[in-house]
This record gives sequence, structure tokens and C-alpha cells, in this order.
Amino acid sequence: MIDWSPLILTFKLAFITTILLLLISIPIAYWLAYSKSRTKPVFETLVSMPLVLPPTVLGFYLLIAFSPSNMFGEWLNNWLGLQLIFSFEGLVFASIIYSLPFMVQPIQAGFSNLSNSIKDASYILGKSKTTTLFKVLLPNIKPSLLTGIVLAFAHTVGEFGVVLMIGGNIPGKTKVASIAIYDEVESLNYDAANTYSLILFAVTFTILLLVYMINGGYLKRFWK
Amino acid sequence: MIDFSVHKILTSPSGDMQLKAEFHVKKNSLVTLYGKSGAGKTSILKMFAGLLTPKSGMIKVNDEVWFDSKKDINISPQKRKLGFVFQDYALFPNMTVKENLEFALIKNQNRKIIDELIDIIELGNLQNRKPKTLSGGQQQRVALARSLVQKPEILLLDEPLSALDNEMRIKLQDYILKVHKEYNLTTFLVSHDISEILKMSDNIIVMESGQITKQGSPSEIFDTGGFSGKFQFTGEVLSIEKHDFIFIVSILIGKDLVKVIADECEAESLKIGDKVLVASKAFNPVIKKLG
Repeated sequence: MIDWSPLILTFKLAFITTILLLLISIPIAYWLAYSKSRTKPVFETLVSMPLVLPPTVLGFYLLIAFSPSNMFGEWLNNWLGLQLIFSFEGLVFASIIYSLPFMVQPIQAGFSNLSNSIKDASYILGKSKTTTLFKVLLPNIKPSLLTGIVLAFAHTVGEFGVVLMIGGNIPGKTKVASIAIYDEVESLNYDAANTYSLILFAVTFTILLLVYMINGGYLKRFWK
Repeated sequence: MIDFSVHKILTSPSGDMQLKAEFHVKKNSLVTLYGKSGAGKTSILKMFAGLLTPKSGMIKVNDEVWFDSKKDINISPQKRKLGFVFQDYALFPNMTVKENLEFALIKNQNRKIIDELIDIIELGNLQNRKPKTLSGGQQQRVALARSLVQKPEILLLDEPLSALDNEMRIKLQDYILKVHKEYNLTTFLVSHDISEILKMSDNIIVMESGQITKQGSPSEIFDTGGFSGKFQFTGEVLSIEKHDFIFIVSILIGKDLVKVIADECEAESLKIGDKVLVASKAFNPVIKKLG
């Protein structure tokens, strides 16, 4: 029987990361889609950096930043009681940064593709920016939200480098499935590695398939 | 009374353009903004609605100042009491026809207005449909109704009829005239169509690359004043052909093609694409019932 805890940890991490990311990404995407600020390209670049940066680079800098032996890490530890190195909280934080572009970019594209006049029409009808966001804009970019949620979730499930750098390999705490697979292969335990891999493969395949079916309208046709 | 005077530099793909416009409009009139695309008509409406901020100037509506660059006043679009109909209708795709109208309600407003408006636009049987499933003309009627829910005093229409076929256009022109009178509106209409303008407006503002070039009543602007013809139609010259010593000018009036004889002198003054007035004086028309 295999040890289920890496898989449970993986999905717990992906779930929490995705929810937090959604809350963070909507304001960021809104700003990136509608702002005319000159600093926008800088922030757009920063958000997209995790797409091209090797995960180990990101993990390395996070490791340095959160280390209790420097100021920022010490401050986090003393004031917020947070120890982000080799802890689950640290993994969540790193995953949020690592998966940020996968959530922000679809939502930003969704906002940009909406006709500006829809937003203007709502303003002219006397509705505030917040009301417009929740009643008009977000309901009309549901496919983009779904794409963002799923990409961020799947990407967090598949993450390896960042997790290894900052979380290490502590069973039940930071040993997620991707690391468990690496671990099993290292100790020539191919059967266990295969089981983990198959489960990850099947789950991510199913999730992505569902998204394409929903966004493509296949499910609606099927129900009819 | 509406006093409007603004200045702004607009950036467009073809370069910067100075938008400078000043006009004064009486209450309850229907004013048309006429001019080529890119002349700044839509920008004027957007500045009126507060969606675009002028660099300098003043916008005053019935003694209420909406914008004044000197006093640093700029009322937000939410607080300007006007209705706006967009060229692309701007209906909310996630809401049904009725929900689109209900969204426009002000807090504690009587809901009776919704049924009244649905009645006026004759869309009672489609009120639970999503905008996507409606035709262009139907969508435009919903947009018109939605802009009237809050009972504004001013209605801004940005080429609301340009995407519709002729029959639908005429029907919607009648709807607009009806609500304009029924709700005592001051209406601003952006239009390219001369017959539409002659039919609807009290006042025309002609714009050319950001400047107002002419302003006045339809007969003043399109120079139809001199004619005392019994029949007057406006149309567009499609072709000019020479036959022996006369010229035959083909003119598109509405959706009908009309051929008019012209002498050499007249023909030389015309070119294809010109907007013209076709009038006739001394002959008796015959009326025959169709069908």
C-alpha cells in the first residue's frame, strides 16, 4: 500500500493556493487590464517572470529572503510567527508567486476582451466600480476565470523545483507528490513512483478535459 | 439650456487632433452631430457623459455644472443624469432583457417603469431572452429602453442605427422620436444619414476633424431652404452617364434607385458619392395603392 500523504498534501496545497490566488489575481488583472499607468509594463513583466524563470532561481531567492538568519525572515518570524522555510505556509506562499501568471493572464485577457462600452454603460447607469466588477464584468468572463483557476491548480500540482528548494522533503509537511516521485525513483522504488505518477496524470488529465468541455460548450450539448 | 465648450487633444492612429467644440442647445430639442468618422462626434458624447475628460472647458446642464476645468469640477459619469445608447448596444450578456432594464433601476425606484418601457419597445414576449439571441434591431430597442429607465432629461445616441437595415432604421427612428417627445428629452444623435437627420433633428452640428464647421436647422445646413418643391428627397449620386447631349444621373433615395435628367452644367457640378436633394415642383403626383 502506498503512502497517501504526499498526494493529499499536493491537493491541499493546490486547493489553498488556488483560492488565495483567485482573490489576489482579480484586483491585479483588473488593474493590468484597465490602468493607463506608465509603470504598467514593469508590473506586467514581474507577474510574467515565473513563466520563464527556472523554478530553482525563484526558490533560491525565496529561501534567502525567508531565512531566519536575515532581517526579513527574522521579522516574519518575530512579528507574524511565520516560518516560511521548510513549512507548509512557505510552500503556499511560493506557489502563489510561482502560479501567479497562470491565474492573472487569463483573467486579464478576459477583462480586455470585454467591450469597454459594457463597463461604461454600467457607470452611466450610476453603478459604482465595485458593483460593475461583481455584477457585470466578472459574470461575463466566467470562462476566463475557470481557465485561470484550473491552470493555477494544475500548475501547482505539477510544481517541483520551487517546492524542493524552499520546502525540502519533510513527510506530511512539505513532501508533495512530485517530490515523492523523485524520492521513490532515487531509491529505485519504481512501482511506488509509477502509482504516484499515474494518479497525478489521471487527475490532471480529467481536470483539463473538463475545462475544455465546459468552455467549449460540449457539456451543455451533452445534457440536452 | 445646455452649454458645452471643451478642448482636448485626441490621439488617434493618424496622428493628434485638436478637438475644440462649443455649442448651446435649448431644452427639449433633438440635435444631430454630423460628420465623417473620426471627426470627434463620439468623443463629444463621451465628454458629455463623463467617460472622457476634456483638457479644458465647461459643461453646464440647466444651471448645473458638470465639468469646469477652472474650478476643478468634474462630476463622475455615475452622477450625471443622462441616458446613453452605444453603437454596439452594450447590453449585459449575462442578463436577460428584463434583467438588463432592472439593473438600471435606482434604489427604491418604482418598478412600473420597466413594464411601461417593455411595452413601448414592444418586446414583451422576448423579455426573458438573453441579448445574444435577439436581432440587432431588437437589441437596440432594449438598449434604448434601458437608457430611459432612470428617466433622464438628456439622451445621447451614438450612431444607434448604423448597423441596421433600412426598414428597421425607419421603425427605430420612430421609436426614438416617440420617446423623445413622450419623456421630454433633450436628445443628441450621432448620425451619417442625411435623410435620418432631416427627418429627426431640430438642430444640426456639423463637425470636421475636431472642429464645428456649421450649426443650424436642417434646412439651413443642407441648403434646402431655397426650394419650394412639393416633393423633396435626399439621396446619393451613384452614377452619371452621358446620353447624346443630356446626362442621366442615377440617385439612390432610401433603397430606391431614381434616374434624373441633368444638363451639362448640372452634371459637371456633381460627382459620384455626392449627397443631393431631389425636388420637383409643378406636376401632379398619382397615387396608386399597392398590393
